[in-house]
Amino acid sequence: MQEILQYLFSGLTNGAIYAVIALGFSMLYSSTELINFAHGEFVMLGALCMVTLAVNLGFPLIPAFFLSICAVAAAGLLFERLAIRPVRHPQPIVLIIITVGASIFLRGIGMLIWGKDAHSMPPFSQHPPLDVAGARLLIQSVWILVILAALTAALQMFYRRTLTGKAMTACAISKKAAWIVGIPTKWMVLLAFGLSTGMGAVAGAIIAPITMSSYDMGTMLGLKGFCAAMLGGLGSLWGAILGGFLLGILEALGVGFITSGLKDATAFVLLLLVLYVRPQGIIGPGEVKRF
Amino acid sequence: MLSSRKCRFGALAIAVLLAGALIFTPGVFAESHQDAYKIGGIFSVTGPASFLGDPEKKSMELAIEEINAAGGVDGRMLEPVIYDTEGDPSKTVMAVGKLINKDRVTAIIGPSRTPTTLAVIPMVKRAKLPLVSCAAGNKIVDPVKPWVFKTAQSDIHAVASIYQHIKQNGIKKVGIITVSNAFGESGKEQLLAQAPDFGITVVSAQSFGTNDTDMTAQLTKIRQEKPGAIICWGTNPGPAVVAKNVKQLGIEIPLYQSHGVASPKFIDLAGKAAEGILLPTGKILVAGLLPDSDPQKPVLLDYINGYENKYNETVSGFGGYAYDAVHLLARAMEGANGDKAEIRKNLENLKNYVGISGGFNFSKTDHNGLDPSAFVMVRIKDGKWELME
Amino acid sequence: MDDRSHKIAYAVFALVVILLGWRVDNQYYLQLMIFIGLNTLLALSLNMLMGYAGQISLGHAAFYGIGAYVTAVLTTTYQVAPILALPAAVGSAMLIAWFVGIPTLRLSGYYLGMGTLGFGMIVHIVFREWSSVTGGASGFVGIPPLEIGPVVFASGKNYFFLVWAVVLLCLIMCRRIIDSRVGRALRSIHDGEKAAAAVGVDTKKLKLQVFVLSAGMAALAGFLYAHLVYFISPGTFSFVASIRIVTMVVIGGMASIWGALLGASLLTLLPEWLHAFSEFEMVVYGLILMSVMIFLPRGLTRGVLDVYERYRKNHDR
Repeated sequence: MQEILQYLFSGLTNGAIYAVIALGFSMLYSSTELINFAHGEFVMLGALCMVTLAVNLGFPLIPAFFLSICAVAAAGLLFERLAIRPVRHPQPIVLIIITVGASIFLRGIGMLIWGKDAHSMPPFSQHPPLDVAGARLLIQSVWILVILAALTAALQMFYRRTLTGKAMTACAISKKAAWIVGIPTKWMVLLAFGLSTGMGAVAGAIIAPITMSSYDMGTMLGLKGFCAAMLGGLGSLWGAILGGFLLGILEALGVGFITSGLKDATAFVLLLLVLYVRPQGIIGPGEVKRF
Repeated sequence: MLSSRKCRFGALAIAVLLAGALIFTPGVFAESHQDAYKIGGIFSVTGPASFLGDPEKKSMELAIEEINAAGGVDGRMLEPVIYDTEGDPSKTVMAVGKLINKDRVTAIIGPSRTPTTLAVIPMVKRAKLPLVSCAAGNKIVDPVKPWVFKTAQSDIHAVASIYQHIKQNGIKKVGIITVSNAFGESGKEQLLAQAPDFGITVVSAQSFGTNDTDMTAQLTKIRQEKPGAIICWGTNPGPAVVAKNVKQLGIEIPLYQSHGVASPKFIDLAGKAAEGILLPTGKILVAGLLPDSDPQKPVLLDYINGYENKYNETVSGFGGYAYDAVHLLARAMEGANGDKAEIRKNLENLKNYVGISGGFNFSKTDHNGLDPSAFVMVRIKDGKWELME
Repeated sequence: MDDRSHKIAYAVFALVVILLGWRVDNQYYLQLMIFIGLNTLLALSLNMLMGYAGQISLGHAAFYGIGAYVTAVLTTTYQVAPILALPAAVGSAMLIAWFVGIPTLRLSGYYLGMGTLGFGMIVHIVFREWSSVTGGASGFVGIPPLEIGPVVFASGKNYFFLVWAVVLLCLIMCRRIIDSRVGRALRSIHDGEKAAAAVGVDTKKLKLQVFVLSAGMAALAGFLYAHLVYFISPGTFSFVASIRIVTMVVIGGMASIWGALLGASLLTLLPEWLHAFSEFEMVVYGLILMSVMIFLPRGLTRGVLDVYERYRKNHDR
């Protein structure tokens, strides 16, 4: 019993990480129909910024957190302005390659600024792990879950209650129609990028204490986060969260009951299954363009 | 359709230009004659194995500087020609091709990793050129290949050291967790092969990815089998996460690591979770703690001072592989006048060289030259290395 | 269309190859050009799929790897003659492509890209974890050199001519396919799949056929690679490798056979030129990728010619 619970906790921890990253993917897709292959690198930037600010420069946690998010979101805005908007014929293949190129570029920048080593950072609070029926849960994992919940609530409020949020939803449903009623679609796309990369930064900042942050941590995380987003249903907020946790737990159970060597394959096998059997993901088509 | 004829013409023209550039680049046909001996170096200076390649490159340059300052080899200076392999076998093949055919080096130091070394062995064999590798894998010198040598300690000895210590403490069952790359695989192979020799049973063998963030699932699985100790085999950052997870899960049995984390960086990353971890390491990490009678002590302290003064960073055990390789090569080159076969023979007969990684005694059947005394067991205590008996 | 100018192009190409192979003695340059040849094969294979049929594939290195590993295992572990391992290597890649293609090619756009990426990653993980057969992460050693009857292709020059002969043959084959009815049908799928289906093109069958063909060509390149370096490891067939192949196709020009040659040459030589900036290599590589796609999305050949045409048009006023 204790083992299954521990696998579950392990799955929850990883799952929450995938969920936050998947949120960023889904959020961007729902507002712009774009998939940003470089999303994982923004997560990396967020993590490394947090480490530099909180550890090397000694900022207190909360200012470091918000500063990292702002810095990375700014990078995301720059990225949209310089790399996405100038594209004259935005076919999927072109955009895929641009974002792939961006991910290589950002990884190179990460290596130049932070070097090739890994960097670690102490957890947000110093409690010992929680003991639940013999299974241990890190306090940092609890933090991740809490922040994830707060983020979800904030996003929900943004999309349902504020005018800007509703405008973004309108853009997601139909860009032309939104433009006709006077919504500045170019600004909406910019904002969507800023929000999405900001969320990537949040993911990075909250996992930095658990993982060892390095310039190449973003690739695998980005890919798995994307698989989670597809699993839940690309474009759906709840889908991203569901997909993330499902992926995390299935991975952990796979390690526990099958073999640890194929852990990475879990995400991609699930991805292929979703694509072949139910491309809309678990949540389904109705919810695809709305939150 | 856009003038595809022009298209073709254009592309073909460019191809011809490129070909022309290649043909007429100087050095394609020319022979090169210099006074200095050119020594090639190939290391994974960037890429995932940069923690190996970067200090190795620096150590090679340091060693060559020292040798040149002392008058060179037979009065001739040494000139390093170093390329970055990025840890990629294809790039390594190209780099070695360049060293052999374009730069026409006398010998090659490196590569840093086992797969990249294995990739170039056929090339140096064909070119009849001595290669002194800095990689750990056993397969490099077992079976022995006439032109291939290595200076890094073998996993065989590291595993033997760990098992020896485990046996001394009366532990019979172990669980192992290894990283899924060449280093981890080689360690796993040795751990499984040597266990029966020490009366030990491996009750569980798990693996993890190089950038994985959480290994609690694997450790839980190991714990279920109730081993007396856990052995983790990998290179940073994975083992640091394993160390943290072990503490997190409240696992009390001893945790052993491999010499892959024998660097201050590991203590940095693992923080408090590093406390109490045992591992085998080359003596360089505990140079200051060695008894003065140890013949390696002065060599180690010299190297540490030289390296830290020149590069302003702390040494790791890995740079020493290249440092030893260069000095060994220089010794073998004395009196050989650049004859590669002669250098190879000299290397093979080299005995009693006290290096960074241990005392070297090469022979026809042993192209590594080290024995288990190259390793000492250390424990991490209060963030520092503590020498164990 | 312009059959004679094609023949002239092939003749010039063959001449250049023979000249280089005869005059260049330096092993390093021969090796470099062999790698350009292998990369050209890969770029060509993906070009057929992406450029002409318009199907995105982000996992193409998987087929490269399948070709290499099948021949490695057969010729080394089972002592099969390389000449027999060749059809096995190419055939197994084509078979796997057929099975994977049926469900995957139903997707389009991003979904197709992700599907092929997932496939590529899974194959890479299999190479890495199935150590009893593939040697695992440490790689596979001891692949024998290529022997066809009495001729042993081990030396630089022999292999150079072999690889480039294969490249020429594939170039010709691809050209013939594109110029045939099948090729026109393919291009119609690229321009608009629904419209093509409406005029009676069997899009499903065609897409699958191109996918299988391109997999076979990539596996051929893998076969040649394995017998060139005698050692293979999973790292050579990773996601990064797939992206590199995509880059070659994109930069060379997506619907251009000779563009594949250009893209492959540039991308093989680029690391050699960037050697001075080894720390900046990733940054430069990413920048080049982004810039070419933003400003010259049809690849260098067409892009430069586009600019030239526009300039001429403006100046003829």
